[in-house]
Formats: sequence, structure tokens, C-alpha cells
Amino acid sequence: MGGTGMEKHYDVVIIGAGPAGLSAGLYAARAKMKTVILEKEKPGGQIATTDEVANYPGSVEHATGPSLVERMVAQCDEFGAERVKDGVKSIDFNGDLKVIETESGDIYKAKAVIVATGASPKKIGCPGEAELTGKGVSYCATCDADFFTDLEVYCVGGGDTAVEEAMYLTKFARKVTLVHRRDEFRAAKSIIEKVKKNEKVEYLMDSVVEEVYGDGILEGIKVKNVKTGEVVDIPASEDDGTMGVFVFIGYDPLTALFKGVLDMDQTGYLIADENMNTNIPGVFAAGDVRQKVLRQVVTATADGAIAAVMAEKYIEDKFHA
Amino acid sequence: MFILDKDNFEQEVLGADGFVLVDYWSDGCEPCKALMPDVEELAAEYEGKVKFCKLNTTNARRLAISQKVLGLPTITLYKGGQKVGEVTKEKASKAGIKEMLDANL
Repeated sequence: MGGTGMEKHYDVVIIGAGPAGLSAGLYAARAKMKTVILEKEKPGGQIATTDEVANYPGSVEHATGPSLVERMVAQCDEFGAERVKDGVKSIDFNGDLKVIETESGDIYKAKAVIVATGASPKKIGCPGEAELTGKGVSYCATCDADFFTDLEVYCVGGGDTAVEEAMYLTKFARKVTLVHRRDEFRAAKSIIEKVKKNEKVEYLMDSVVEEVYGDGILEGIKVKNVKTGEVVDIPASEDDGTMGVFVFIGYDPLTALFKGVLDMDQTGYLIADENMNTNIPGVFAAGDVRQKVLRQVVTATADGAIAAVMAEKYIEDKFHA
Repeated sequence: MFILDKDNFEQEVLGADGFVLVDYWSDGCEPCKALMPDVEELAAEYEGKVKFCKLNTTNARRLAISQKVLGLPTITLYKGGQKVGEVTKEKASKAGIKEMLDANL
């Protein structure tokens, strides 16, 4: 991929440019540390594709995910953090200088590393899902909602994201059915109150999607009631020819790179203390990638700030003392 | 990159003889916008071998659905008007597109 194979030295390398990484970048650069943020895709992480971020303090006007990301990126750039679009291929955290090799072949050497790789949407794991992704199965409402204008959509999940995105989808779809495996939602009460007033939203409780099917395009789903065991086939209406399934059932942490190196829990979330220290001195974890109770933009940015400050302190003690 | 719309798609893609790559994207799709520079780089790399095009699906929803595209970003490779390869969502990366191109050229 046009790699230069160059060796580059930094005080702090941040992996991931979501809210945690951008916040860490801002704090690290502001502390005059030579800082780079590596991001393989778009800056912003999950919120880059979130329609509304209404619960981040101060995010009132233009409270869309992309506009919030844009402001975070601008602020981060202004303080002098570099941002590079490149994925991380391998890591070596054994030495005093941590080594990161990227997909384009560059080698980064850093005094401290902040892992802010985040998490990606969890898949249902049912037959047909992989084949029909982008063919009616989606994990991104802002990307794909438009295709389902006047069609029927099934929205899977019961948390804040599922319910909020279901409401967003009603702006496009003829009908949105929330499919949730329990008999009540986990989403915040205010969000549930709002969705209950929306006449376009219907509910399939105690239910899971068991199969999605179609010939090159989603033509129907099979939904199982977890209490009765009954399976119902829901085909797309003949006039429509297709339908949508949007999946918001949580996230998987992006930690495959760090297996056997950084301590993680059974589901792969990195274990770090309240100062974002991992088991390796000089390596910090911040944001959704970390094992914690609340995964929100506000906790991600807080993690990022703490990680950057602790990284600065670590570098000061270790290299300049 | 050649800009497609619902009026020229038939002629420029389905009626074309050689390889045509279509980048399906839309105004609301942030991952699409992040991917676009990579596709532009590939367009330069494969110049003369593959005609690189982009279609904003915002105004061509039915056309996209007729091509069985209901998710973005999707990058489709056509040869002689027939689909020969497609990458979508997380597989629609620079490496993923290159792999698809090299498997077909």
C-alpha cells in the first residue's frame, strides 16, 4: 500500500481517532508532547455515523455525530497533534520504546502508547447475515436509511442506540419494528417515552432474529420468540421486494492486535486502572476499548484526557528524570 | 473519477465493454467520504485498465437498489456490464478494493 518503511519517533502514539483518541491527542499535544494519532478509517469512530449525540454536555446546537467529530478534530489539529490515516499491523511493547508497524509499512517508535481502538458493532451471528450485509442488513442508519424510504425496517436491539436509531429510521421507513430479546428495553426512560409516542414504531418483544434470507438482496427474516420457541417467517411484502434489518445489539472491542500482550477480560475489553494504565508501563487504554460500566462519548473523552496526562507523567519520570 | 447519475448509468456502466468500477456513496455516509481519497488513488493507479466512476445514491436510490446495493459504502466492479466483484462495508477498504481488482484483471 505504498509504504515508505520510514522510522518515525514520537513521544506519544495514539491508536484510534474516536472521541477517546482525539481527546488524548488534544491533551497530549497541548502538553507539548510530540503526538500522532493513527486511524485506519474515518476520524470519529462510532459517533461519526451517529445521527444525534444529545447527551454530550455542551453538544446542543448541531448536535449531530459528524459535526461534533468535526469540532473535536479541528481542536485536536489546532493544538498540533498529527493525524495519519493508516492501520496498525503489529505491535511490540517489550522495550522502553514501544514499536508500532503500520499497514503502509511505516515504523513508529513511541515513549508511550494510548490504545483507543474502540469497538465495532456486534453481529447477530445468524445464517445469511454476512451475505446480506449491504444488501438489506445494516449496522449504520445514517449510511443506509435512505435506501429504505417507504419500505419496512426491523431494528434489532433494546438499548439507547437501538431505540434512538429506530426513531431516526422512521423518518425514512414506512414502518419500523423494534425486535428485542427481553420483555423490556434497557434504553433510558426519556428515550422510551419518546418512542412510545411514535406511531410508526411497532414492537416484537422476547424475540431474536434467527435467520435473514434473500437472493442477493434481503427478502425476509425469521424471528423466534425466546419464551414460546415459536418461529415466525416475515417476508418482505411483494410490492416492496425487499426490507431492512438494522442491528444495534452492542459492540465488540477491537483488541485482536493486543491478544497475549495486554490484559483483557473474557469478551476482549482491555483491563486498565482508573489512571488508564494497562499491565504494561507506558501503555494506556482509553474509551470504549476499556472494560468499564458506561461507554459514552463523555466517558471516552474523559479517559482520553486522563491517559494523555498519565502518559506525560510517565514520560517525564521514565525518560527525563 | 467519472460522475454517474441515473441518466448516464445505463450507457456508462451497463453498456460499457471493459472494466468499470462504481463507488456507491451518499451525502450522509461518513465512511464513504473517508474512503473516497483511497478510491481516487486507486483510480490513478489503474488508469487505462479500469474506468473509475462514482454514484451519489441520494438521488439514485432506485437505481442502486436495482443493482442490489442497499448499503454504503459499496464498491462494485463491472465487466462488459456484468457485476464481477463487489466489496461493501468493512471490506470496502483500499486493500479490499485492490484485492478485488487484482483478482479480476
